[in-house]
Amino acid sequence: MSDRDSAHALNVARVAFIPKWPLRIGFILLAVYVVWAMGQLDVTWARFVDGLSAGQKFLGRMFPPNFSAEKVEMITKGLLESIQIAVIATVIGIGLSLPIGLLAARNLMPPWVVWPARALIAVCRSFHEVVIAIIFVKAVGFGAVAGIGALVVGSIGFISKLFAEAIEEISPKQVEAVRASGAGFFAVLIYGVIPQVFSRFLGFASYQFDSNLRHSTMIGIVGAGGIGGSLFSAFQRFDYDFVCAILLSVIALIVTAEVVSNYVRALFNDNLALLDYLRNRRVAKLSREKSAALGAS
Amino acid sequence: MNATMNRRWDRFTPEQRFLRFAFYFLSVAAMVFSLKNIEIIPEFLYDAPEQLADFFQRMWPMDTAYYQKSVQAALIETLNIATLGTLLSLAMSIPVGIVAARNVVPIKSLNMLAQLILVSSRSVNTLVWALLFIAIFGPGAMAGTMAIAFRSIGFVGKLLGEALEEAHRGPIDALTATGASKASVFIKGYWPQVMPSFVSIALFRWDINVRESAVLGLVGAGGIGMAMDTAMNLFRWDQVAVVLSTIFVVVIIAEIVVSAIRRRII
Repeated sequence: MSDRDSAHALNVARVAFIPKWPLRIGFILLAVYVVWAMGQLDVTWARFVDGLSAGQKFLGRMFPPNFSAEKVEMITKGLLESIQIAVIATVIGIGLSLPIGLLAARNLMPPWVVWPARALIAVCRSFHEVVIAIIFVKAVGFGAVAGIGALVVGSIGFISKLFAEAIEEISPKQVEAVRASGAGFFAVLIYGVIPQVFSRFLGFASYQFDSNLRHSTMIGIVGAGGIGGSLFSAFQRFDYDFVCAILLSVIALIVTAEVVSNYVRALFNDNLALLDYLRNRRVAKLSREKSAALGAS
Repeated sequence: MNATMNRRWDRFTPEQRFLRFAFYFLSVAAMVFSLKNIEIIPEFLYDAPEQLADFFQRMWPMDTAYYQKSVQAALIETLNIATLGTLLSLAMSIPVGIVAARNVVPIKSLNMLAQLILVSSRSVNTLVWALLFIAIFGPGAMAGTMAIAFRSIGFVGKLLGEALEEAHRGPIDALTATGASKASVFIKGYWPQVMPSFVSIALFRWDINVRESAVLGLVGAGGIGMAMDTAMNLFRWDQVAVVLSTIFVVVIIAEIVVSAIRRRII
């Protein structure tokens, strides 16, 4: 160790960028791992080349997408069910994660409450929505209810954890001030805690709605309602032009939802009205372009 | 005098108040609409508690021998899929993320193209990517790896692009002023600034990918999901329980590892 240090001290004057040997060894190990893992997974160049021609055929069959009248009706029905699942699951999920997140916040709750709540969150978080959907399909049968249940569990895992972290990061000053005025526990929550975490919470909630929407378009694969069922059966029937139509509609839906939730976040966090929001975006874009142009010149 | 005394102070302008109200109203309307129109078959709900009880009863005792027999190999495959997929996606998302950053590449059409790639990568779910790649490469771990990689491009590329856009101009201006080439400006100006967040994004995505690769097998794209699918098709719930507990343990360990590495680096 001391050898290396003195070597460094000697080299510092002459070498501008000292080689970092631990990093280099790390990269070599990584390369060895990649080669080994590719062998394990049977990822070979020949298969890749084979795949390219199959992919070409596949893409050829996807286009043009099949937007005939009956297919459009199926897509609308499926997407509508997906949206309904996402809305209900988000509302119920948020309703349940508020108390659970609160119970898991270490600065407000005693340890014997925190650890069970954290364990529950860990269980909810560690399973993928599709795995939970399988369990719910077994419990409540095929259909939208199973999907709602699965997404509720997923939402609890995500929002409770972030909500608990947000509560743990609040400034204790307001809480102490409210408590000093003789307020009870709930008054402390409402006047000391909630105002500090509300805007972040709104961010989590809108993010979770987006994420629920994404998942609700897919849990149909295991029979839990939404457009995923049509998508999966279209794949199994090699009905690729319909697959393409469904995928395009799903992408359109998700992009729209993302734009809307970005706006909702701006409305609540920065108090921006719609016109301000559009104008501000333009201003921000212009100033960014201007600085980029200055940088280039 | 009196007029100033009675002046009302409002936190929100009428327009803001209206928009907030509209948001609340629309949310409630969406909830009511969804509850009214969703298809619920009540007969299925009545016996849900019995079904669940039956489900957990069949899961216990777990068939622990199944772990040695097929879960362990599948688990290693899952971890390989997640890691290789993440590495592949890092390789692909660095160029896309750079092109998406408007301050690094000031060409609007290229920015838009990169954004389009990122959005479509993120909007298609991992399982759907897996279905697409199974149609191309056939079932197996290769399709799963590609699915993980393509789904992660959007995530890593978006966050990398945002990190690049937030980079400070000082070092970049300084390097530009010395006459450094574009590549040098990037490697010595931008990269050191975004490196910590890039490492943290990559670790975070790996954590997510471990979870996601566990379900890829359900559509035939390799990994531990295959073991679960086989057990489920045979109604061997005691074997499913083994798979589920394995996933749980691995995901928790992955999370602990990631947060430990992150604490050391940042």
